[in-house]
Amino acid sequence: MASSLRSAATLLSRTAAAHPRLAARRALATSAARLQASAPEVVVSAPLAHAAADGPKFPGALHSKYTHELAFIKQSAVLPTYRVLDQDGQIVDAAQDPHVDEAWAVKVYKTMVTLNTMDMILYEAQRQGRISFYMTNYGEEATHMGSAAALELDDIIFGQYREAGVLMYRGFTIDEFMNQCYSNVHDYGKGRQMPVHYGSNKLNFQTISSPLGTQLPQAVGAAYALKRAKKPNVAMCYFGEGAASEGDFHAALNMATTTNSPVLFFCRNNGFAISTPVSDQYRGDGIAARGIGYGMHTLRVDGNDVLAVYRATQLARKHAIEHSEPVLIEAMTYRVSHHSTSDDSSAYRSKREVEDWKARDNPVTRFRKYMEAKGWWDQAKEDKHKKETRKTVLAAFAKAEREPKPPVVDLFTDVYDTVPPHLREQEKELHALMAKYPDHYSTAAYAPSK
Amino acid sequence: MASLFRPATASLRRLATTNARQLHATARLQAENPPPAEGFMPGVAHSKLIRGTPELALATPDLPAHIVKDGQTTKMNLFQAVNNAMDTALGTDDKAVVFGEDVAFGGVFRCTIGLAEKYGRDRVFNTPLTEQGIAGFGIGLAAAGHTAIAEIQFADYVFPAFDQLVNEAAKYRYRSGDQFNVGGLTVRMPAMAVGHGGHYHSQSPEAYFAHTPGIKFVVPRSPIQAKGLLLASIRDKNPVIFMEPKILYRAAVEQVPVGDYELPLGKAEVLKEGKDLTVIGWGSQLYILENAIQMAEEKHPGLSCELIDLRTIAPWDVETVVNSVNKTGRLVIAHEAPLTGGFAGEIAATVQEKCFLRLEAPVQRVCGWDTPFPLVFEKFYVPDIIRCYEGIRKAIEY
Repeated sequence: MASSLRSAATLLSRTAAAHPRLAARRALATSAARLQASAPEVVVSAPLAHAAADGPKFPGALHSKYTHELAFIKQSAVLPTYRVLDQDGQIVDAAQDPHVDEAWAVKVYKTMVTLNTMDMILYEAQRQGRISFYMTNYGEEATHMGSAAALELDDIIFGQYREAGVLMYRGFTIDEFMNQCYSNVHDYGKGRQMPVHYGSNKLNFQTISSPLGTQLPQAVGAAYALKRAKKPNVAMCYFGEGAASEGDFHAALNMATTTNSPVLFFCRNNGFAISTPVSDQYRGDGIAARGIGYGMHTLRVDGNDVLAVYRATQLARKHAIEHSEPVLIEAMTYRVSHHSTSDDSSAYRSKREVEDWKARDNPVTRFRKYMEAKGWWDQAKEDKHKKETRKTVLAAFAKAEREPKPPVVDLFTDVYDTVPPHLREQEKELHALMAKYPDHYSTAAYAPSK
Repeated sequence: MASLFRPATASLRRLATTNARQLHATARLQAENPPPAEGFMPGVAHSKLIRGTPELALATPDLPAHIVKDGQTTKMNLFQAVNNAMDTALGTDDKAVVFGEDVAFGGVFRCTIGLAEKYGRDRVFNTPLTEQGIAGFGIGLAAAGHTAIAEIQFADYVFPAFDQLVNEAAKYRYRSGDQFNVGGLTVRMPAMAVGHGGHYHSQSPEAYFAHTPGIKFVVPRSPIQAKGLLLASIRDKNPVIFMEPKILYRAAVEQVPVGDYELPLGKAEVLKEGKDLTVIGWGSQLYILENAIQMAEEKHPGLSCELIDLRTIAPWDVETVVNSVNKTGRLVIAHEAPLTGGFAGEIAATVQEKCFLRLEAPVQRVCGWDTPFPLVFEKFYVPDIIRCYEGIRKAIEY
């Protein structure tokens, strides 16, 4: 085949000069021969190396240069993971030291421990039937604290559902957490949603919703508003690697770059979406590689390293504000937790694997080692804090449990800014039923409707 | 809209009014000069529902007193009125922005023409081709206290945004315990039949959204209505979906008050009073109903029909409808959207509940058949003059 092509090429070249159409056919024949001779299955990382100096200048890729080598383009190397602290709590490269002070470190560490304690008690509460549902945050404490510590109160936060530590760091009290989980009269959400669907307008933390990924394009819009208002702030958007498969993720990243919105996309890649391991979730290089595809500044960090997460978020935030650009941060971590109280992860992963991770790379322990080396923490402080925290959490828990539920009138309020006639009518109908069947529709557990 | 000018039987042909003859003439003209992409509903110019003079315009019910007093009106079609409303919103609210696909150059239906030049590309801008992104972005803007005026290019393409609108926008205030809300969000979308739109350029999705507590859904029938209702929608403290009958963009022309005015949401308008039968519709369907009523009143001397424009589908004005049916005892509802699960069912169920003993006939629903919107069969599909007339006849002859 190749030899017949070559002889055809030779024959054609003799008559090429006299006949333009033959010249074209000759060019085709020679390129066909070249194709035959090359190995199209060979994967090279940069066909650009063989490109000519000029390019077609199509509007879709204005700066793309010609290449005359046909080869699949594949990512040449897995994106590296930024780390500051090693497993022994030592700063690996002194140049990366964020130089945090003792107060900062103590607040971060104490909040991590308080989060663990609250998680432990509320998980148990669900198991005992006292609250209907809960999600713990074990293993991801550093992603919460490191990022929260780099934000300002005027930064607007959109979470997914496993960022309770962020809210805690910002100042949400144990009482406030408990009230939401118990759906009592003090819940800011008025008991309308399942536990862990926190929201706080005073802490600028948008109320959590269950649909995954919906918060991503919303964060872009909020960031655009901040930019328009000329505020030196970002919208911070948390999500998991599973949620990043949703269409909203792609819509959001694309909208963020094209509208030049100062939004930080913070992905907690913890290896699982309920039972779905990352190998069933994606085949690319995690979520970070996608940011590059959207033309976005991207960082991949060790999510179990509080200082790395802190530095990355700081840098991202600064860039986003100064350049009015989005940044994608992929924080690699491991979901020690079950997905929720409705999940027993031993059904799809070995308990051994989880124990290994807890022993090998516990973000809380890693940071504690750093603090102890600095002389900012010790066992006595640990015991004292654990004891105090447990006491506070248990007291808040008991108090929240005793509170009544919100008044039944709040079934009908806030659907719109005011209650429309048809809802007033439906409310009357319900009231009539409640009056007729008072035992069935007992309001003993509910605060009185004013 | 072919059926408007080709009555089915000889007797009905004899009944053809000046209106219908004019429709026929207009239709011939259309055949020689193909209609624009958004269609052109013939005969609207001759409709009595159109307020084509300043006097008629200033007599619009619910028009604020200062607008009537000012007295200034100007000739505008529907897309110009929509444009004017957005211009007014952008001009009076620094936090308002307009965005969507192709809005920067003026929009595929010219609704945003001139706005980017006037207010800048940071306030009137294109988005990538992503309805879910547009809706989510709008929600975020509104959650941050800004005024988001989003455009979905065709109502047929609103469905990628359905999750954001139904699960997020509609529930934003309720789920947060009123800590947050997206009242600043308005989503505009061209919709309804155009004559050649087929499956994906003709839909009326009001029923899907009417079923979602927390959002409002509004449909204007004319330029004066569009400007006032759109301004009210933008300024309403709840997320509002605003569905524009695109076949009216050029075809509906009125003298529109130049000032800044709103018309009330949640309030239907009685367009023609009558004592024997209540007829309800919205958007472009009202012009078909007007003609069907005219035909019926000529064929059945003494018959007097009451025509109501619902205007807001959610929350709808139950009181006005119930009062009317309690007066007339008979009801016909018409909409292009398919019969089953269509909004006429909601109105019919509520009316039979509240007016059961008063009703003299079953409620007639004249709707699109339960099929996707067909291209070549459009004239057989839509609730045209003949079908609406037959619905009226069934109600009065029961």
